[in-house]
Amino acid sequence: MRLLGETHIDFIALRKIAFFLSGVAVAVGITAIILKGGLSLGLDFTGGLEIHFKFKEAPSVLEIRSALTKIGLSKAVIQQYGSRQENLVLVRCAVEEASLEIASNMIAYRERKGGFTDLGELKGIPGIEAVGYENLVGIFTLDSSQTQKINLNQATEASLIPVIRQLFHRKTVARIEQVVGDELGRREGAFVVQSVDIIGPKVSQELQRKAYMAVIFALLGMLIYIAWRFQFRFAVGALVALIHDVFISLGALSLVNFDLNLPVIAALLTIIGYSLNDTIVVYDRIRENLKTHRKGRGSLKELLNLSVNESLSRTIITSLTTLIVVIVLFLWGGAVIHSFAFVLLVGIIVGTYSSVFIATPVVYAWARSETRRQ
Amino acid sequence: MFILGLVGLAIWAVYPPGDKIKLGLDLKGGIHLVLEADTSKLESSQDLRDAVNVALEIIRNRVDQFGVSEPTITRQGTGRITVDLAGIEDPQRAVELIGKTALLEFKLVDEKGDLKKALEGEIPTDDEVLYKYADGKPEPYLIKRETLISGRYIKDARVEIDSWGQPYVGLDFDSEGAELFAEITGRHVGERLAIILDNVVKSAPVIKTRIPEGKAVIEGRFSMDEANELRIVLKSGALPIPFNIIQNTTIGPSLGRDSIQKGLFSGIVGFIGVILFMGIYYRKAGLIADTALILNLLFLLAALAALKATLTLPGIAGIILTIGMGIDANVIIFERIREELRRERAPRSAVDAGYSRALRTILDANITTLITALILFQFGSGPIKGFATTLSIGILASLFTSIVVTRVIFNLLLARRPVKKISI
Repeated sequence: MRLLGETHIDFIALRKIAFFLSGVAVAVGITAIILKGGLSLGLDFTGGLEIHFKFKEAPSVLEIRSALTKIGLSKAVIQQYGSRQENLVLVRCAVEEASLEIASNMIAYRERKGGFTDLGELKGIPGIEAVGYENLVGIFTLDSSQTQKINLNQATEASLIPVIRQLFHRKTVARIEQVVGDELGRREGAFVVQSVDIIGPKVSQELQRKAYMAVIFALLGMLIYIAWRFQFRFAVGALVALIHDVFISLGALSLVNFDLNLPVIAALLTIIGYSLNDTIVVYDRIRENLKTHRKGRGSLKELLNLSVNESLSRTIITSLTTLIVVIVLFLWGGAVIHSFAFVLLVGIIVGTYSSVFIATPVVYAWARSETRRQ
Repeated sequence: MFILGLVGLAIWAVYPPGDKIKLGLDLKGGIHLVLEADTSKLESSQDLRDAVNVALEIIRNRVDQFGVSEPTITRQGTGRITVDLAGIEDPQRAVELIGKTALLEFKLVDEKGDLKKALEGEIPTDDEVLYKYADGKPEPYLIKRETLISGRYIKDARVEIDSWGQPYVGLDFDSEGAELFAEITGRHVGERLAIILDNVVKSAPVIKTRIPEGKAVIEGRFSMDEANELRIVLKSGALPIPFNIIQNTTIGPSLGRDSIQKGLFSGIVGFIGVILFMGIYYRKAGLIADTALILNLLFLLAALAALKATLTLPGIAGIILTIGMGIDANVIIFERIREELRRERAPRSAVDAGYSRALRTILDANITTLITALILFQFGSGPIKGFATTLSIGILASLFTSIVVTRVIFNLLLARRPVKKISI
């Protein structure tokens, strides 16, 4: 069986269209990320609340999800765990950021007014309803003789945050319990909250910093190896293709409103590896043809085209086989690895495209601008 | 022969997969603890840093004996220790085991003192009131403060069962401890010696005679689990200072059980899809590639099991990438062979040429990825490392299977008789 016969497509001539399309795709991706205020970080990065429910009867994840959506927690992770008869459900949601915001809103208000004169003013602070005014009154005071309470006019932002956070958590849990109860028709004893944990981010700042360094070093190592085995401009072409793939994948992620979480990071690393592999296979063909056609009659353009066309059949087949796996994962892999499979799907398609339409034409464009300068 | 041997070894290493391949905290869930040293109990002669280091070792010992795979135990700042335990079944017991100070002391019961008055607040200066908990009811004891001998001298501890089937913990003191114990028991015959663990009286037997052989027993209506736990903490020693558990988080797996099943199911479906595709597209050669693919996966899992590596979600991503690259290597080789065949080369020389030409391509592509993976392994941590581990091992496995193994099979098929046509 043969999918693709001999082809004679002039890929190099198509480079301007390709560069334009890619430029647009990257630009759209970056714009989408910027317009949404950066990539939305998943629980792995932010930490949050983890609530364990035990239901009397088998709960419907859909019902719980629709309940949580009502109070703005549409991104909460809802999982059934344990054995089927146990009816255990885990709800995880990010809440940290809001408490920071409320605390800084309170400080900002205080600075603007030169201090609170009445606790009632708290009602006007943006976002305060998420904590509950009535809860705050029990904790804060304006009277410095009351030592059991926190003096609102003296507290620093750093000391406010943990207090707000705790209230916030308590309130959030109460709200979650309530909406879940409402949604399930308030059947008495339909569920109990077994435990509430505050979870820290799985990916700490330190870990993030280390990861960035690792990726930068890895790219440098790759650049040096390709420059040594091929030529420097090939290394640049490969790098451009890589960055292109990663940005478009991230942009797509942002467009469909998926969070950046650990599985997505894993998918991005996979895409980098995949794109690199793809690009090098094409480059190798170019290198081989450069040797055999050295005395060649053909121009660099023809040679590049020949190489891409010769390896095209392999490029397509490899992509197809990989896509078989990824599409199956995407369709049937379940909710949690949906984002992982999605990024892989986008990345592999884009990665295949870029090894043909970006990596090789970049080498050509570079060579041409060099000859022009001479 | 060599390959068959490897396959056998690999199967042995992987089987049974449920036990041999360790799943990480993200796939399996587990507990995350943060312990903080209680610095108020730090004696002036103690250095906090040293104390925490000693505690770290002791906790590691305890966790090891508890039989948890892949514990991650690290110090955090100066006075904190974090413990990550994946896939633990009884978190409460683990928490108790880890957080217990396990300070074992032998002190005399003050039988001349007035317990009643002591309970009302008139405690003699050299005494203290400690409790024994029998059937959940506290039973007070008036105890002399002086510690006669402590758990520091314990050489060995084990669970034994008395004639009523009740487990207890037997202790052996080291030679210094045995001497001390003999001296103490000799001096206080007829008095009651309280055995106290973390300020709770476990038992207070009457010393009947001098005990020269350095053995003692701790009884206390233990369940088998409790006795075993006590054995572990006594053997690993007491923590130099008490620790408070300031954070105890149960981490549910990022992937719930049904997601893992779905993921696994779709992974298998995808894998079968690839195998079918290769078989249809490349015919017999495709079947050879399929064999290589299955062996690739087998070797990879075997290496993971042998290295006791933990499989995490990013690790699975690494596996997907290597499988993709393994297939790619065979696609490159087969396309080359087809090209040579189209140039009307004889099958055998077409195979030779195909392999030798494809080899450099595959090596360059794989080495570049391997370099990336090794650097990620060296500098990355956590999830990045998990990805780099499976990717590095996977590349080596896939290079071997997709180049060496398929070549050997081709050679075997082509060597037997003169071949006019090959199925590719």
